[in-house]
Amino acid sequence: MILISLLALPFVAALLSFMLPKQAKTLALLSSAIAVLITLYLSMHIAEGALDVSQAWLPDLGIQFALHADGLSCSLSLLTALVSFLVFLNLNNKEVSKTNSFYGLLLFAQTGLMGVFLASDGMLFYFFWELALIPIYFLSSIWGGENRIKVTFKFFIYTFIGSVMMLAGLIYLGLQTPGADAFSYHSLVAVGNSLSNTQQISLFVLFFLAFAIKMPIFPFHTWQPDAYDEAPTSVTIFLSALMVKMGLYAVLRWLMPVLPEGVNYWSNAVIILSIIGIIYASIIALQQTNIKRFIAYSSIAHMGLMCAAAFVQNDLAIHGVKVQMFTHGINIAGMWLVVSIIENRFQTKDMNALGGIATIMPKLAIAFVIIAFANIALPLTNGFVGEFMLFAGIFSSTHPNHILYMVLAGLGVILGAAYTLRMLQKVVFGTASSTQEVKDISINEWCVLGIVLSLIIALGVYAKPLLTLTSF
Amino acid sequence: MILIITASIIGVVLLFASFLLKQTSSLLHLVTVLFAALFGVAIWESLQASAILTQSFYLDAIRVDRFTNQFNVLVTGCLFLYILLMKKHIAAVGKYKAEYFALIAFIMVGIFMLSSFNSLLVMFLGIEIVSIPQYILAGSDKENLKSTEASLKYFLMGAFSTGFLLMGITLLYGATGNFMVSEFNFLQATTVNPLALGGVLLLIIAFGFKVSAAPMHLWTPDVYDGTPTPFTAFMATLVKVAAFVGFMRLFQTSFTAISSSWSLVLSVVIALTLLIGNITAVFQQSVKRMLAYSSIAQAGFMLFAIISLNAIGRQGMLVYTIAYSVASISFFAILIKMKDYTYDGFNGLAKKQPYIAALATIYMLSLAGIPLTGGFMAKYYMLKAVLFQGSYMWLAIFALLMAAVSVYYYFKVIIAMYFKEGEAATVEPFSKEEQVYLTIGALSLLVVGIFPSLFTGSI
Repeated sequence: MILISLLALPFVAALLSFMLPKQAKTLALLSSAIAVLITLYLSMHIAEGALDVSQAWLPDLGIQFALHADGLSCSLSLLTALVSFLVFLNLNNKEVSKTNSFYGLLLFAQTGLMGVFLASDGMLFYFFWELALIPIYFLSSIWGGENRIKVTFKFFIYTFIGSVMMLAGLIYLGLQTPGADAFSYHSLVAVGNSLSNTQQISLFVLFFLAFAIKMPIFPFHTWQPDAYDEAPTSVTIFLSALMVKMGLYAVLRWLMPVLPEGVNYWSNAVIILSIIGIIYASIIALQQTNIKRFIAYSSIAHMGLMCAAAFVQNDLAIHGVKVQMFTHGINIAGMWLVVSIIENRFQTKDMNALGGIATIMPKLAIAFVIIAFANIALPLTNGFVGEFMLFAGIFSSTHPNHILYMVLAGLGVILGAAYTLRMLQKVVFGTASSTQEVKDISINEWCVLGIVLSLIIALGVYAKPLLTLTSF
Repeated sequence: MILIITASIIGVVLLFASFLLKQTSSLLHLVTVLFAALFGVAIWESLQASAILTQSFYLDAIRVDRFTNQFNVLVTGCLFLYILLMKKHIAAVGKYKAEYFALIAFIMVGIFMLSSFNSLLVMFLGIEIVSIPQYILAGSDKENLKSTEASLKYFLMGAFSTGFLLMGITLLYGATGNFMVSEFNFLQATTVNPLALGGVLLLIIAFGFKVSAAPMHLWTPDVYDGTPTPFTAFMATLVKVAAFVGFMRLFQTSFTAISSSWSLVLSVVIALTLLIGNITAVFQQSVKRMLAYSSIAQAGFMLFAIISLNAIGRQGMLVYTIAYSVASISFFAILIKMKDYTYDGFNGLAKKQPYIAALATIYMLSLAGIPLTGGFMAKYYMLKAVLFQGSYMWLAIFALLMAAVSVYYYFKVIIAMYFKEGEAATVEPFSKEEQVYLTIGALSLLVVGIFPSLFTGSI
């Protein structure tokens, strides 16, 4: 019941906000606040055992309406609820054209994301995977920047190609066990493990393509900087904090248990691609002057590290990935919020044109510096906890080249510090570029940033709740 | 069987109506009532027959089984929706209003024959009864040169393919000494009779013409483009689906045993159809022409039912019938109102008519095969059928890639409607009545997408 309410709540709110344009804002804020409370409640009680919902839906196709919540699902649905809440809170004093469709589509996207993180039936998972994509497509195409149509279309086609490949893989697996629960998690795991090595190796490609495009892993990342740059900030937050996690989540939840031999076979290749991605994206981030593209590339580097750690298949590393997925979601949402405020006040996203925010907007500068530090994973910020676990995990793994991987990935951290500090220098410090009067952050922006900052510091100092939650 | 008789009677009644009823409005009422009755008879017949597995008529030349009945219900249902949406436009094509409806009724006779034949002769009759009225419909806009061209082209190509068809039937008769599909017994022979094999290949070519499979598709874009739009909507959907059902019926009952000798040819045809249909559709400027190519592309998916030869494919055919026909017919009903048939003609429709644009989006999403719409389920069944059959994994992957290509041209319509500024000029506004029918179309697509098993029944 509680799981269904997590899906029903944003869905109903979305339908209502299409019908009641005036109340859309309040509806969205209220429903996402309730979703945060529900997911918090769920997270506190998840230690008592995972929750399951299973309902027959299309028995002759082997598709069930099955949901499952364990620690991983729970932490990601908490993240979804939290980030949606932050987005809606941030939007509260801003005007958007066609308010009702904007909020309705965002709420639909929230429904899709929740579904992805909760589904425990392969086909249901696929449905939600697509359901999350379509509202995002419309949101970016209608409310985005200048090149929005072309860029968003590229993003859509990229991810769609990935997901149809996943569909082929799913149908192939489902056909091996005809029955009313052919696509349920357990039968997929049983079927996947019973396949021969060659079958697993080729199926891995079909599935991983979908996930790699979503994450994105080098060389499938080209849609991402453009899409982040062109989409409206609220959508970019959804994309970078939540949607890219879908790929990694799918690797952990579906790929590793279902095709273990395929994962073993390809793990080296994937890790190498991830590490190339880390270094490549970091170097580009070092040269960026567009602050939005800068965050996009830094996000590719972070996702690369998480993906590499996931594929060394060490318990500690995987636990670290789960933790880092949550904290990265919070931090990157914080980054985008700050950038949206800067863009809103100064009407530019060019780092060279910015500067001296520390003197003009001191409050924002403090928040920005803390969030940026969390992004570099400085100790006592939440980023440190996850990143430490990732490196410790890679280091202690039994993978043959783990030391090399660790060193190369570590290079990413150094580069990360370099590019983030360079960005801070240009944007926050230095001489003020404009002499015009700029308002410091408003109350609701302060609330949003306050929540992000307190999460960064609280989880940095005392990470135990998150560690326990993700260990179930 | 009663359905065939009813459809013939409706055709004759409408011929009389052409000189007895002078007023267009009363004619349209009569048409609505008659085609509703046809739908009713189809449902009644299928309910009657639900207990019996197979009925035969006329010395076993016609066999009505469960698939036949279910298909007939779906196809008459889609026809009814088509009549409701298009009757005004059909009457506006030319002078001979009632004749157009009469011809459509006669085409339905052929469609019912194609879904129930057991003798090759009945199959041939069915195909000809479907084809000849279509030549007339294609040329019904007499003052338009393109319409006349379409008619002539269609006729020549149709006559050509009829030659292949007859030759194929003759060779099969020579090999087996029989016209009855169910009597062909290829199982006992150790080697395939070359006569029979030649016959099967000729039949693939002949049916390839009818369902516009590449490389026999060349007539399709010109004919669909030149034919008056209300008739294009009919030809590209119900007639095409019926040809598929005939194709599938023939191959599933009789040629399964020798499938190894023809399925490779068919798989190449499918791959070509998917490739040419999808890639060419990408480059079209006119939405009507895009729909013509998209019908070729969708044909590639429907051919999966024939290559896979299993129950899942049969179910998929039913889902495809409704998902593809309803989406295309409804979208044609919107297209027909546009002043400009190019993509630019749709610019800014969402601003001017948000409700119509939302419905059109559902049709496009369904044609593109986005989950939770009928189009997705249709493609899903077809993929499942071909993967279940086992030997054509590459074809399934290729089809999926091509489905991703198809997203490009279907979404171009959505992009034009929602993200571009423009007039989106319509010839006349959409009446309340039409909006209701269009909504029914969209809702039925969603129902098929969420509960496809309602339509596949117990085959």
